Amino acid sequence: MTTITRTDELVRSVPQPTSSERGDRAVAGVSHTVLIIWSIVVIAPLLWTLLSSFKTSREIFASPFALPASWNFDNYVSAWTSAGIGNFFLNTVIVVTCALVIVMLLGAMCAYVLARFDFPGRRAIYYLMLAGLTFPVFLAIVPLFFVLRNVGLLNTLPGLIITYVAFALPFTVFFMYSFFRGLPDEIAEAAAIDGAGEWRTFFQVMLPMARPGMASVAIFNFLGLWNQFLLPVALNTNQDNWVLSQGMAGFASSAGYAVDFGSLFAAVVITVVPVLIVYIIFQRQLQGSVSQGTMK
Amino acid sequence: MPRGSRRRKLTLDYVSFMIVFLGLPLALFLVFVIWPFIQAVFYSLTDWTGYTAEFNVIGLGNFTKLLDDPIFMKAVGNSIVLAIVVPLVTIVIALAFATLITVGGSGKGQVQGIRNSSFYRVVSFFPYAIPAIVIGLIWRQIFDPSAGLLNGILTGLGMEQFSSFPWLGRVGTAMPVTMFVIVWGFVGFYMLLFIAAIKGIPAETYEAARIDGAGRFRTAWSITIPLIRDSVQTAYIYLGIMALDAFVYMQALNPNGGPDNSTLVMSQQLFRTAFTRGQFGYASAMGVVLAVVTLLFAAIVFTVNRITGGRDDGGRA
Repeated sequence: MTTITRTDELVRSVPQPTSSERGDRAVAGVSHTVLIIWSIVVIAPLLWTLLSSFKTSREIFASPFALPASWNFDNYVSAWTSAGIGNFFLNTVIVVTCALVIVMLLGAMCAYVLARFDFPGRRAIYYLMLAGLTFPVFLAIVPLFFVLRNVGLLNTLPGLIITYVAFALPFTVFFMYSFFRGLPDEIAEAAAIDGAGEWRTFFQVMLPMARPGMASVAIFNFLGLWNQFLLPVALNTNQDNWVLSQGMAGFASSAGYAVDFGSLFAAVVITVVPVLIVYIIFQRQLQGSVSQGTMK
Repeated sequence: MPRGSRRRKLTLDYVSFMIVFLGLPLALFLVFVIWPFIQAVFYSLTDWTGYTAEFNVIGLGNFTKLLDDPIFMKAVGNSIVLAIVVPLVTIVIALAFATLITVGGSGKGQVQGIRNSSFYRVVSFFPYAIPAIVIGLIWRQIFDPSAGLLNGILTGLGMEQFSSFPWLGRVGTAMPVTMFVIVWGFVGFYMLLFIAAIKGIPAETYEAARIDGAGRFRTAWSITIPLIRDSVQTAYIYLGIMALDAFVYMQALNPNGGPDNSTLVMSQQLFRTAFTRGQFGYASAMGVVLAVVTLLFAAIVFTVNRITGGRDDGGRA
């Protein structure tokens, strides 16, 4: 605010009258209040989980707020070893890494062909992919179970990887499709004139140019595959091959009093931390790709 | 047609390229996605139990049986309620937050975003990065009648009647509480989506509205929403498809369908019928119903958007 003597000048230089400015402040205040409340609603459960992961089951039942008597990692050790989270974690890393690499490669290749080549059936394939994206996985789950059993891949990690790849493929192809269409033609033509074959053009020219798009899709695929639930629960029932989400579901379905709640919370933290780290590292990229998706 | 596409000569390079680049992904997709979908439709017309080689084609028998199955019809009803309420609530909250963040800032003359907006954006997005099963587990502990955070807070505030209130165990509260958990998980993501869409609107549009004397709420209602309605439509469809599934949240919060089956959804009933009872034909029929409801839902959203004046750009990925 300015002094009374300068009011005239203020009115001339600023289009809004002072009352609207006060309104601005009020709106900003209300906005901050609302958003801070929501932030608390988001963060409080996570902090509470973290706190509880250090408590013994008895402490957890005694009071939801009390601090643990001693800060130690007993729950983490027991979750990692006796509850099998360590093993599930390793399985998840193997499955997600393999599936991610394969689906990014196959998805980029397929999208590239669909986006930049002209051949009969191109549109049909495109719409088939669209159908694969919109139909509920639940419809396919029963036959999928028998398809995998018939090829001997039921309850195995390779079986899970190949299913992950197949179901992440439509999304990958769609996103990369628009990306490859946006790349300029001149460069591919120049490569062709310089004598590069189709293979070299893709791997040495087009794929490197698509790197930003690949990164965004890879992040979304990572989150989606790491969090995948239905496919492993239905198709991977051998407990040695369980992934993390199944281990978590195991906690959920076991009878209430038999659960070691301390290690449940520790297991939750173990599952969440890698994804949160990936998210925080890539959050700019991720937010960028969300906006890209809507601008198209 | 892509601009640069031209018919290539059938050289070895080109043929091998097409076989690997198109054939390989397509084969995988057909075998593990499309073929199971087709089989499911066929199985839905049979009485197959999965463990015998023989089965009979019984036509629409499974579907008429479904109509007389009170538990499944209850599940259909619950799924439809979810598909109506969850997208609506999520989108309203996400839009409100996106509006607050983008135009809620104080400042002279110019419409501007709120301060510290990146903090709110990063925090709100957290739940999207957490596996859904874990979201369910965390909230199940929070709603725990005796040791949970929620009842701890409420009794701490002096509301003794909540000291052991079973949020997930009462018919009246189980479903609303479940919906809250799903909304909690998705608001952040759609908020980001809408922020991006709002930022795509030229600043001059807002300036013009403001000079014409439109208030903030008027601006949000008459300018923001019409201009980002395609994003809203996309969000509605995605959220609806997710809510019609909702399997993982339900399995985490109330694996057995909740009190009096009040949170039982189609996907849970399908899973139980297939993998616990082994009635694969009957379960496939449920899958077909789920798919039909999903497609109907998408069609309704498209139609409503078109009738109310939006342009249809079906090509949006």
